[in-house]
Amino acid sequence: MTKAEIIDAVYEKVGDFSKKDAAEIVEAVFDTMKEVLANGEKIKISGFGNFVVRAKKERVGRNPQTGDPIPISARRVLTFKPSQVLKMVLNPHKQKGSDAAALSADVRPAGE
Amino acid sequence: MTKSELIDAVAQRRRITKSRSEQVVNTVFEAMTAALENGDGIEIRGFGSFTVRHYKAYQGRNPRTGKPVEVPAKRLPFFKVGKELKELVNATPAENFEEPSSATMDPVNVEDIG
Repeated sequence: MTKAEIIDAVYEKVGDFSKKDAAEIVEAVFDTMKEVLANGEKIKISGFGNFVVRAKKERVGRNPQTGDPIPISARRVLTFKPSQVLKMVLNPHKQKGSDAAALSADVRPAGE
Repeated sequence: MTKSELIDAVAQRRRITKSRSEQVVNTVFEAMTAALENGDGIEIRGFGSFTVRHYKAYQGRNPRTGKPVEVPAKRLPFFKVGKELKELVNATPAENFEEPSSATMDPVNVEDIG
């Protein structure tokens, strides 16, 4: 799926504005997200997931070919953590909560 | 920023009503969710791409009891940040690139080299 297909979906579903308008509004959604993330702020989209900027310290890496140590500078990276809802949508065969229930049942020590 | 704050920001930016902005933002994430559900990837130029990764079933262990636990096969969404956004996010500590002083490096983290 590309941005053009997202724009099509918005145009068809929301309607009542031109394709150009739909494109500009969708563009505004991603531009806004980019600006917020560039500021280091996280974005929480309920039902989809969280975009979080993490600060990484400087550390030593290695050239995988030579094994030579090379410094990896401090940096900020963007990570995405999918929501439980999205994970569930991708795994419909898994019964809702069954794993968690099975796990917590196992976790409880028999003697307690 | 939450989804409702994103909706407000987009409404202001494009001078549209909040309810309209809400419909658009919801449709965007619904469309993306549907694509991932179908196993399709999503590519937003300048922002990033989403792919669906398949994980095989494996036998794990309950860390508390040590009992073996069957972990079923699963699909998980994976996000790879786009070049433009990656650079935007990292723009602030750019000055740190100049002189990586080896004295402050932490050799403990060697294992997780991208």
